[in-house]
Amino acid sequence: MALNFELVTPEKLLRSEEVHMVVVPGTEGDFGVLERHAPVMSTIRDGAIQIFATPGATPETIRVEGGFAEVNDKGLTILAEKIVDEG
Amino acid sequence: MASLKELKDRISSVKSTQKITKAKQMVAAAKLRKAQAAAEAARPYAERLETVMSSLASGVSISKDTPKLLAGTGKNQKHLMVVATSDRGLCGAFNANIVKEARIKADALKAEGKDVEFYLVGKKGKPVINRVYPGSIRHHFDTSDIKNPHYDDAKEIAEDLVARMEKGDFDIAWLFYSKFKSALVQEPQTQQIIPVPVDENADTGSTVAVEYEPDEEEILSELLPRNLSIQLFRALLENGASEQGASMTAMDNATRNAGDLIEKLTIVYNRSRQAAITTELVEIISGAEAL
Repeated sequence: MALNFELVTPEKLLRSEEVHMVVVPGTEGDFGVLERHAPVMSTIRDGAIQIFATPGATPETIRVEGGFAEVNDKGLTILAEKIVDEG
Repeated sequence: MASLKELKDRISSVKSTQKITKAKQMVAAAKLRKAQAAAEAARPYAERLETVMSSLASGVSISKDTPKLLAGTGKNQKHLMVVATSDRGLCGAFNANIVKEARIKADALKAEGKDVEFYLVGKKGKPVINRVYPGSIRHHFDTSDIKNPHYDDAKEIAEDLVARMEKGDFDIAWLFYSKFKSALVQEPQTQQIIPVPVDENADTGSTVAVEYEPDEEEILSELLPRNLSIQLFRALLENGASEQGASMTAMDNATRNAGDLIEKLTIVYNRSRQAAITTELVEIISGAEAL
C-alpha cells in the first residue's frame, strides 16, 4: 500500500503517483504524510516538498511557493501556486 | 456590366483576401492546439480547489469577521461586470457573443435599479460597451502584451479587484467569458465571482473531522483570493482557446466564401470576354460583307 500523491499547479497537473511518504512544508512546520494519514488541511510556506518513493530511498525534492495541502481518505493533494525550477 | 479590367481586378483582390483568411485559419489551428492544451491542463487545479472551497465554505458560519470575498459587503447595489474579451478581431462572433451576454445581465440589473459598472479585460469589448453604456467603464486591463495567459496575470487582476472591493467600489462582481467546448462551439458564460456563491445544497462530504493548520478562518482568508485568481485564470485560458477556435471556424468559412466568389466572378469574366470577341467578329464579318 502506498500514498496516493498529487501535485497540481494552476498551469497543470504535475504529479499523480503512488509514493511511500511525502514531507510537506506546512506553515506551522513540516509534516510527513504516510498512507492513512488523518485528514488535514494546511497552508504551506515557500519551501521544498520531499517525496520518498520507497522507504529509505533518497528523497526527490520539489521547491514550491505558496499553496495548500489537503489530506483526505483518497490521499494527499498539494495545490501549489508556483513550482520553482531547480538549477 | 463591369468591364473586363474591372472584373480582373476584382478577382485578384478576392484572391488576396482568400490568401489572408487561409493563412489566419492555419495560424489559428496551430494556436488552438496549444491554447486548448493549456486550458485543459488548468482544469484539475480549478476543480480541486473548488471542492476544497465548497467544503470549507459550507463549514464556516458567516459572522462579521468572515472575509468579504465570501460574505460580500452586505449590500447588493453596485455591480461590477468583469468582461473578458480578446485583443484581436478576425474571430467571428466570439467577442460579440461575450459582450451580448454581459449586456443581457447588465440590462437586467439596471432594470432592477442597480448600479452597473464595467471592468474590461482585453480590448475588443471596449468600443461596444463604451457606446451602449457611456462612461461606465471603470478600468481596462490591457492584455495585448500577453501572448499566453500566465497565472501571474490573473493574480494581478484578482488583486486589483480585491483592492477595489475594499474601497467599496462595488458589492458584487460578475465574470463574463467564453467557455471552450470545441472549435465549433464556444459558450458565453456568466459567473458570479465576488462574493463566492455558496451552494446551499453542496455535499458537505466527509463527516470526518478534518484538522486545520493554522485554523479554518486563516486558511479561508488565504484560499479566497487564490480562488478568485484561479477563476480569472481559467476564464483567460478558456477565452484563449475559444478565440482560436472561433477564429479558425470563421476563417474557414471566409476562405470558402472567397472560393465561391472567385468561381462566380471567373464565370462572369469568361462570359464577357467571349461576348466581346463575338461582337468584334460580328463587326469584322459584317464589315467584309458590306464591301
